[in-house]
Amino acid sequence: MFTLKTGRFPLLEANPNLVYLDNASTTQKPEPVIRAISEYYQTRNANVHRAVYRLAEASTYAYEGARNRVARFIGASSSKEIVFTRGTTEALNLIAHSLTRTFLHPGDVIIVTQMDHHSNIVPFWLAAREQGLHLRFWPITQTGELDIQDLETLWSEQVRVVTLPHVSNVLGTVNPIPSVASFVHERGAFLVLDAAQSVGHMPFDVSELGCDMAAFSSHKMYGPMGIGVLWVREQILDSLVPYQGGGEMIATVSETDITFNEPPYRFEAGTPNVEGAVGLAAAIDFLDSLDREKIWEEEQKLARYGAEVLSDIEHLTLYGEAAIRAPVFTFNLEGVHSHDLAQFLDSRSIAVRSGHHCAQPLLHRLGATSAVRASLGICNSKEDLDRLVDALEDARRYFQ
Amino acid sequence: MNELDILYQELILQHYKHPRNREPLSGNFIIHENPSCGDSLRLQIEWEGSDRIRRVVFDGHGCAISIASASIMTELLSGRTRLEALEICKRSLSYLRRDPRDSMDPGEGIDLGDLRALAGVRQFPLRVKCATLAWHGIEKELKSTISTPKLVGKDLNPR
Repeated sequence: MFTLKTGRFPLLEANPNLVYLDNASTTQKPEPVIRAISEYYQTRNANVHRAVYRLAEASTYAYEGARNRVARFIGASSSKEIVFTRGTTEALNLIAHSLTRTFLHPGDVIIVTQMDHHSNIVPFWLAAREQGLHLRFWPITQTGELDIQDLETLWSEQVRVVTLPHVSNVLGTVNPIPSVASFVHERGAFLVLDAAQSVGHMPFDVSELGCDMAAFSSHKMYGPMGIGVLWVREQILDSLVPYQGGGEMIATVSETDITFNEPPYRFEAGTPNVEGAVGLAAAIDFLDSLDREKIWEEEQKLARYGAEVLSDIEHLTLYGEAAIRAPVFTFNLEGVHSHDLAQFLDSRSIAVRSGHHCAQPLLHRLGATSAVRASLGICNSKEDLDRLVDALEDARRYFQ
Repeated sequence: MNELDILYQELILQHYKHPRNREPLSGNFIIHENPSCGDSLRLQIEWEGSDRIRRVVFDGHGCAISIASASIMTELLSGRTRLEALEICKRSLSYLRRDPRDSMDPGEGIDLGDLRALAGVRQFPLRVKCATLAWHGIEKELKSTISTPKLVGKDLNPR
């Protein structure tokens, strides 16, 4: 079934007939990740950074080891640049909050794109509303891509932040981050990257990409839920105002004054998700063992094959035709609502997502209110796409 | 019958493909949406006098289940008084959401028409909200248009 030798995925083994095509929502977990979490609780569980006993030291070591592992995995210059969050959403909320409050002034402009997930739009919208900032939308092209000329048209001196997804969770479009980064930096603005859909699928190095901050979730890269990462370039992170308050993020608290801890701890209030960090580190080891260049090569084959076979289906609208795309396919079958189609596919043991995919501005731009999405990962193969295509053809007959 | 056919009974697909009382709306209507999926129904009550529904009409977009349920609803509510319509709403909602462990059948002693063909939705908890979408919308509308004196008037509870 798998193209790559991925090892064991217990859930997929237990459901041999399941075609899991919802990897953009969350990926299934390989056995080493599940084992790492279980082992952590059986051998090292204690709160971190607080006690002197050996068990607490082991737990702290596991947590900080995971931070180092993440830093190396994404090419960060130091583990001080790695802030653990609950996921991409919290990471983007943190950056939207702290970046705007540290560096922006009323009247400044933030550019988001038409292909952004709600979790990138809403935090910046909230920050804009509270601080008198303006939000502009970078439109997509007919092919579902971003054109830097459109960014130039949108530009004015007041633009201070550009935020965009690395890979669209709907269109599968891979955006040209290095070129956007040079454009944005030449004009003295910040570039925020929503990397939720890319980190687990392709080589990912923040210094090559050139962004100033990047957010991603562990559970979309074969790790556990409830943990994610915000990477911020050290000079910027050092000056950011805090987000949440609590234990760990402070240096001293008195009745008259509070001083804050150093980054990244300044941004990690409360007891962290140590189990999650340990699981994420195991997921990273797992991805590295497969070689990310190879993973991306295989996924691009699936992306090309999928786009080809889906486009051949009569009465099917496939959204987006980016030149470089990930195997994420969003479509509608004429006369069949996305929920009904997803239900039909489920009766064939094909798991897809239906709805608006938390990207209502994009769906509106595409002229749809909802759509079906099939998103693939390292556990999928061409046969899975063939089964999807067969089922789609049957679905149209069923609802016709 | 396989699982899928329990949900999409022929009668349901018929209502989906040829919905009753679905037409482009003008004038005053209410919009009722399911924010999690983007489905959106527009509903309008045509009154005959102040208390009797001549007809319920709708348009909008939704899945087979939500459109069929809306279509069936317009059939069940047209010609009813406000109180009758509210009772049918209450019973229909309980019927669609019925927990199989409940001993009482909320559909007992009331004609729920084609709605009974939607009972299969109970086996698909995630789709119950599709089936109830139109009903929630119309129930809200029926309650919101009750004028205050009627709501507190003695004639509501003659005994």
